[in-house]
Amino acid sequence: MLKISEALPRFSVIQNKTVILVIRYLYMMLLAFLLFGIILLISGKDPLQSYKDIFTSTLGSAYGFSEVLVAMIPMLITALAVALPARVGLINVGGEGQLYIGAAFATFGALTFSNLPAWLLLPIMIFLGMLGGALWAFIPGYLKAIGLVNETITTLLLNSVAPKIIGFLIFGFWHSALDTVKTPNFVAAARLPTFFGTRIHLGLLIGLILLIIFWLFVKYTRWGLEMRAIGNNAQAARRNGIPLKKYLIVVMCVGGAIAGLAGMSQVSGFYGVLLLNFSMSLGFMGFMISWLAGGEPLGILLMSFVVAVIFTGGNLLQLTRGVPYSVINLLLAITLFVVLARPSLIKGKKA
Amino acid sequence: MTLLAIFGVISSAIFSGTSLLYTTLGEVIDERAGIVNLGLEGVLLVSASSGFAVTSLTGSPYLGILVSVLAGGLMNLVLGYLVITRKANQLASGLALMFCGFGLSALIGKTFVGVKINSLPRFLLPGLEDLPRLYTSLFKFDPLIYLVIPMAVLVWWLLFRTRWGLGVRAVGENADIAYASGRNPHLIRYQALFAGGMLAGLGAAHLAIAYAMNWTEYMTAGRGFIAVALVIFSKWHPLRAIVGALIFSAAVAFQLLLQSSGVQISPFLLDTIPYLLTLIVLIAWGGTRKHSAPASLGRVYQGSE
Amino acid sequence: MHKSPDSNSSLLNVVAMRGITKAFPGVLANDQIDLDIFTSEVHALLGENGAGKSTLMKILYGFYRLDSGQIFINQQPVSIYSPNNARAIQIGMVFQDFSLIPALNVMENLALFLPQLPFVLDVKGINQRIHQVSERYNLEVNLDALVSQLSIGELQKVEILKLLLADARLLILDEPTRVLAPHEVQVLFKVFESLKKDGYAIVLITHKLKEVLECADRITVLRTGRVAGTLLRSDATEERLVSLMFDKKLRPTVVTHKKASIEQVSPFLEFKDAWTHGEGLETSLKAINFKINPGEIVGVAGVSGNGQRELGDAAMGLIRCVRGKRYIFGRDFTNKSIQEERLSGVAFIPENPLTMSIAPYMTVLQNMAITRTRQYARMGGLSMDWQAVHADIERSNQRLGFSFPLYIPARSLSGGNLQRMVVAREMIGDPRLIIASYLTRGLDVQSAIAARQALVQARDNGAGVLLISEDLEELFTLSDWLIVLFTGRIVGIFRPEDTDVYEIGHLMTGSEVEHVENQ
Repeated sequence: MLKISEALPRFSVIQNKTVILVIRYLYMMLLAFLLFGIILLISGKDPLQSYKDIFTSTLGSAYGFSEVLVAMIPMLITALAVALPARVGLINVGGEGQLYIGAAFATFGALTFSNLPAWLLLPIMIFLGMLGGALWAFIPGYLKAIGLVNETITTLLLNSVAPKIIGFLIFGFWHSALDTVKTPNFVAAARLPTFFGTRIHLGLLIGLILLIIFWLFVKYTRWGLEMRAIGNNAQAARRNGIPLKKYLIVVMCVGGAIAGLAGMSQVSGFYGVLLLNFSMSLGFMGFMISWLAGGEPLGILLMSFVVAVIFTGGNLLQLTRGVPYSVINLLLAITLFVVLARPSLIKGKKA
Repeated sequence: MTLLAIFGVISSAIFSGTSLLYTTLGEVIDERAGIVNLGLEGVLLVSASSGFAVTSLTGSPYLGILVSVLAGGLMNLVLGYLVITRKANQLASGLALMFCGFGLSALIGKTFVGVKINSLPRFLLPGLEDLPRLYTSLFKFDPLIYLVIPMAVLVWWLLFRTRWGLGVRAVGENADIAYASGRNPHLIRYQALFAGGMLAGLGAAHLAIAYAMNWTEYMTAGRGFIAVALVIFSKWHPLRAIVGALIFSAAVAFQLLLQSSGVQISPFLLDTIPYLLTLIVLIAWGGTRKHSAPASLGRVYQGSE
Repeated sequence: MHKSPDSNSSLLNVVAMRGITKAFPGVLANDQIDLDIFTSEVHALLGENGAGKSTLMKILYGFYRLDSGQIFINQQPVSIYSPNNARAIQIGMVFQDFSLIPALNVMENLALFLPQLPFVLDVKGINQRIHQVSERYNLEVNLDALVSQLSIGELQKVEILKLLLADARLLILDEPTRVLAPHEVQVLFKVFESLKKDGYAIVLITHKLKEVLECADRITVLRTGRVAGTLLRSDATEERLVSLMFDKKLRPTVVTHKKASIEQVSPFLEFKDAWTHGEGLETSLKAINFKINPGEIVGVAGVSGNGQRELGDAAMGLIRCVRGKRYIFGRDFTNKSIQEERLSGVAFIPENPLTMSIAPYMTVLQNMAITRTRQYARMGGLSMDWQAVHADIERSNQRLGFSFPLYIPARSLSGGNLQRMVVAREMIGDPRLIIASYLTRGLDVQSAIAARQALVQARDNGAGVLLISEDLEELFTLSDWLIVLFTGRIVGIFRPEDTDVYEIGHLMTGSEVEHVENQ
């Protein structure tokens, strides 16, 4: 979407382009806020006051800011789960399903190995989470590699299957004595540690590390180069000797693993329990964030932060202004509409 | 497993499957024109909430249905604007529409949660009144249910027996050739989207006004995505969609039947069957490459301007 | 109404093109061409690659605008701005890649183009309408069949039906028999007969001499954008036609020094009785037998569409041989992948660099590295040694005398620079076998010379080269051996000095020649 040409010589040209980029971003956000404000007005709320509320509550207080970061964690990671496969031209809309299965695998670890100390249990859970997500992404990846079925369709279908499997597991095996829609609370050792008395958990660190690895990997390594070649022109890459099928399958699985990790971090770091339908379209949000950011690491960081601000602020709107929480989806949607409606101004690679 | 239980399942399947079938029929038309609507969930929610609201306000379910239908068409036109005129990515636009639907429907339906409405009348087909009362209560259907299969036939007829339908299918296969034959692919796509949106609106109307008779957030519970899967399952054919919709909605009802006869299969697992079936069917029928899906599905038509 | 000057005086002059000139960047495709087409005739437009026949007809069909000249339809001057225009004045054209929708059936494909279609499709009525026409002209096809299920011969019938149903009176067919089986060709000729009886005019763009002599009434030969001659069928012979098509005076001087082939070492590329299966519009290769020894350039000549692209792809390993074997550097590579070929030291310069061999949005520098990532990888792949890439580019460019910018996206390069980039890249690492497909197509003179030099350099250093080209002069100048392909078969293998353009021309157009020398 928004793309700065790679390997440009250092600063002078980048300065210019970055400035233009930032101006565009700002303009679009302004337009979006304007439209959403109109909707607020129609429904009888004061838009200016609402916006002020959103900002002061989120960015104006330490607690608010911490809540934003908490919300940002799964979005950041699911966006990466989309951005990596996008480099080879794969469209991964299956983040939703992959994160559920990852969460399920991690929960299995938490419940089965609850006697282990945290420094053993957590890595096991992380591993299990990634394994679950990777497995869930394998079938779509394989079917795409052999040219049989489009990965968009398969990942979408599997998205719908995953939460049902979770339901089956919870009801059938894992449900707590008190409540049939969730498992018993995880032991302390199964919880990702939090910081500074807030709810920010280790998942943030994991996400940031993943982001940096993603950035370094694509930019500097041999495999990153080959992946970009595939994403640019798969047929040419094949003629140039790059093993196309292998990459499609492996990268799809890695994308799934990352989404699975997001699932693990949510159940371990945030909820402390496996809850039915705990994902509020996280996978799709990740897709939109990656798409908005053009698959670029810095953009992903920024956009996941912005979307987190919107949703955390939305929580507050509900508490104080009587607007249903769901309405905040509208702000996200309007922002997306504004961005989508301008493909001619914004050229570049796919999400 | 009594006869009553079986009829119960069938009745339940018909009730819940009607809205699914309408929605699927709408999506069949859209995808035949080459456009995937991942935002169907949002379209359904907005249609349902606005139809329900109008029914509650005016007391007339028919008015509510009308509004629902229009709302569906309009929502789809938004998708059309993004995808056809602005040439945006179909998947991203659809998802954006979905989020929009979440929020907009919540706003519209806010004051109508828990409200009761006048619903559509339910009646038996003539000739069935002589059956014992136990059974007749199961088969008292509202007009929309009776109309759904004729509607499927109508959609079939539209797509395969009219000049317009031929144009729609041509655009969905190869917009360049359609253009060469003197047609306007952009216009045809808009028309298809509007028609498809209206059908989705009809499905949403049935769900909220005739079947559930209430409004809650997210009440469509994934029907939008089910419809997208169903379209694939029925190989983009309106008549096969009837079977597909029945299978999907019967899966839910079927659980109750199994439970009542003592079989202990998790309802969750049963719910996955339709999706897995679609996946298997997709693979078995040669995947997406073998002329099953409309050839230009998902692609942006650049046009010759 | 004009009477034609020919003996058959009842023919009407339907189309008269006068002084048609059309230039594209770098090439004069049509140069003052005059052409007359009459009713009830099959008029063949003959010429080799690049002669300008396709361009001329595309101008008539409104696909291109002419630069200068005039077109008269029924003695009235007309301007044809678009295919819609052309169709309105009853001109129709069937292209080489058919424009039918595979998922719809024949009736629907035809109905799509019917001028007055009622809202409700009267299937029976439409079928009847089609039947009337198809029966009359031997164009019977199963109307219920999906287009995807039809054979090429049947596809062609449908395309012709489409034109007839849209009321075309002049039908232009671009290489219609390219992928037809012999009996299907005969069927097509019968169709022409029946159409002629009703006064239709047919223009046949082709390069196949035998067929032309069998079915054409008049023949116009184009050569390098000009009319070389127009003949009646009664006056035409294969000899005369070939002499008109190919400039006999072309006696290219051998400007490069050819090394004697080293016989002892096993050939770098060898095909032993190789057959491939072409899908749809692709040409199947049959009984391919030849080898490339070290220090040799083997040129492949033929009119495009006779299997050259398929041969290049088969040599590369993109197309599997369904029969026979393929050897690279003496090892059996019949079932190996492209990746393995590349690792063995085989370089490819494909036909269309932008779509076939580069990553358009990555920089030129990065593109130079993507064929040899293994060699440039450091720390097990964690980083790339861009210094080494630079050094290799330097070296290659120096040797070849090339230079191009490195830090811009590859797609911004001009066609000539793009090809230089690909050539420079492929030459890094001193490949032992180079497969070059249409190396200089679309290139300006300078870039073309530079590219050819590169190949010769490689050859002089002992590499083997497969050079597929449509430029006969280039082939004669550079090749050590010359292969001619016709309908997927090798119809001749020569040393350039033992033959001439004339003889090659015969073979390229399907005429037989007495001697075929084997390697």
